[in-house]
Amino acid sequence: MNLHEYHAKQLLAQYGVAIPPGEVCQTAADAKRIAEKLFADGAKIVAVKSQIHAGGRGKGTFKSGFKGGVKICKTADEVHEMAKAMLGQVLVTKQTGPEGRRVTKLLITMAPNIQKELYLAVLLDRATSRPVVMASTEGGVDIEEVAAKTPEKILKESIDPAVGMMPYQARKIAAGLALDGDLIGQGAKLLLGVYKTWWECDASLLEINPLCVILTTDAKRALLAVDAKLSLDDNALFRHPDLQAMRDLAEEAPLETEASKFNLNYIKLDGNIACLVNGAGLAMATMDIIQHFGGQPANFLDVGGGASQEQVAAAFKIILQDPGVKGILVNIFGGIMDCNVIATGIVAAVKETGLKLPLVVRLEGNNVEAGKKSLTQSGLTIISGDSMADAAKKVVQAVAPA
Amino acid sequence: MSILVTPQTRVLVQGITGSFGARHTQLSLAYRTQVVAGVTPGKGGQLFDNKVPIFDTVAEAKKQTGATASAIFVPPAFAADAILEGVDAGLELVVCITEGIPVNDMVKVKRAMEGKATRLIGPNCPGIVTPGAGKSSNGGCRIGISPGYIHRQGHVGVVSRSGTLTYEAVWQLTCRGVGQSTCVGIGGDPVNGTSHLDVIKMFAADPETHGIIMIGEIGGATEEEAADWIRQNCKKPVAGFIAGATAPPGRRMGHAGAIVSGGKGTAAAKIAAFKAAGIGVAPTPSEMAETLLKMM
Repeated sequence: MNLHEYHAKQLLAQYGVAIPPGEVCQTAADAKRIAEKLFADGAKIVAVKSQIHAGGRGKGTFKSGFKGGVKICKTADEVHEMAKAMLGQVLVTKQTGPEGRRVTKLLITMAPNIQKELYLAVLLDRATSRPVVMASTEGGVDIEEVAAKTPEKILKESIDPAVGMMPYQARKIAAGLALDGDLIGQGAKLLLGVYKTWWECDASLLEINPLCVILTTDAKRALLAVDAKLSLDDNALFRHPDLQAMRDLAEEAPLETEASKFNLNYIKLDGNIACLVNGAGLAMATMDIIQHFGGQPANFLDVGGGASQEQVAAAFKIILQDPGVKGILVNIFGGIMDCNVIATGIVAAVKETGLKLPLVVRLEGNNVEAGKKSLTQSGLTIISGDSMADAAKKVVQAVAPA
Repeated sequence: MSILVTPQTRVLVQGITGSFGARHTQLSLAYRTQVVAGVTPGKGGQLFDNKVPIFDTVAEAKKQTGATASAIFVPPAFAADAILEGVDAGLELVVCITEGIPVNDMVKVKRAMEGKATRLIGPNCPGIVTPGAGKSSNGGCRIGISPGYIHRQGHVGVVSRSGTLTYEAVWQLTCRGVGQSTCVGIGGDPVNGTSHLDVIKMFAADPETHGIIMIGEIGGATEEEAADWIRQNCKKPVAGFIAGATAPPGRRMGHAGAIVSGGKGTAAAKIAAFKAAGIGVAPTPSEMAETLLKMM
């Protein structure tokens, strides 16, 4: 689950990480009020930042034509103008796809006097099965490019889960980032706080880009986390009800949200052949084989091993809500899954939805004979596939333009 | 004849009284697996299905029955604990079926298991099957949730991150009269106990395994790691399939470990590594058995 920048910063602040002062708002009037307070407290410049779950906001463009999802302002009136131009509008960035995201929240924050931009992230290192803290002097840019062109500029510190991140490791990174004097101590505190946030929130990724060396209003150097991106491990959400409450449904595809209510794993794609499969690996392979035979999958959908008839029917109805769908492939290899549960679920769903689109079903495994019988006895027009390849070819053919 | 488990392996089931564990214990018993004990704290002294004694702890179950392997069917919030209890009791093998364990719990488990003799398979896996000589391969050892009847005793080793894709490969082999030595599901999580390479080394050393099918998917680099070793060390024919070529980047495709992050872990990279290692690449999942058999 992804969090907005403002939520990520709230959490970081709780763990003692220095962030620029700021507040989230949903109206231009509130934006102005927050800005007035920031200016009164000594800010010279205030940033207006669109809150969406995607990067590239600064360089993005709104569908209204307004350029830039992050704006720097010198007065509260300017903040008000920018907020009015952004709120309710759809922002398109390199990462949102052409459909963009509607902006309903803005983070109004003090924009500091930035001297240097650094990079910091905490994530799982799959090679060692341990957390790793990654840092670089090359902040404010795409870290993947840095990794590709100048990998020596990326510092990595592996964390032993038996002891957590140690202060010496934080100092080592701080020194590696060319921080000196009192910035070593500040840096170490910030790094330890960032790691603690990652660990205690059960995050999968926490990225601070940029982490900035700034000059405060009284000309002292300080470190601030100027942007924050936090993704949480979905498997751990059950033990973080406070973080679950930070879920933003507006950032999810509606069908994916609907599917999650039934504990179905559904991801919407762009094609016209819908899939309903048991097992994630088989579901991925089903998408692959559709494409192999010249079709385009409309979705990934894993109904899981223990799916009930209701879940199967719900899954069916969800995939049909995608207007792009022109045909359906059901591919089931029943291990835990009972083929007859799938079959009766499909029959129920087809009758309820009055399905007219081509439906290809391939069943194999546990209780397959009963499942096939339920399909033939339903009286419905269902094309049967003998193998995965056979079923995929048939569905691609069925949706191909005549 | 097999790796990790034989028809004689004595198995205990942690979570035997939960509906999921109960159902699959019954299926394993029907397969004639040697399920000798169950563990559910608080239900010690009871009998499962009038056959299998239940204990409060793994240590007690092991002591009383001589079990050496465990199947874990415990909910995600308690599964890491169940794994470590099995390790602490000195079991040789722990197979964790549970999907949905928090990643950091497994990070801690793996750390705690360093230096311990127990082998962990999974989590988030279908388990292990060494097929038997009986009808529908009964009489073998079935730990987990795989359908027993699709198997056949024989000489092909199967190792996979995906449960249902394993069943596809196994069924293709069985339908062609080709049996399996052992089928190992290593699971779909990013942090797990046993990698593709760990299993392939075992298959390479097993005189009864003559060919190997390796099934992988996007995310991580264990397929590449295995391919590199195979290229340098494995004399036996290996065929493979990688799922997820059409998966969009940055999305978790069902399995917690099936994600292309920062451009790494793509299907294309894994397929390239397979080809460089002389591993036969099945272009579709329907051709996994065919691809291997052509090489044998």
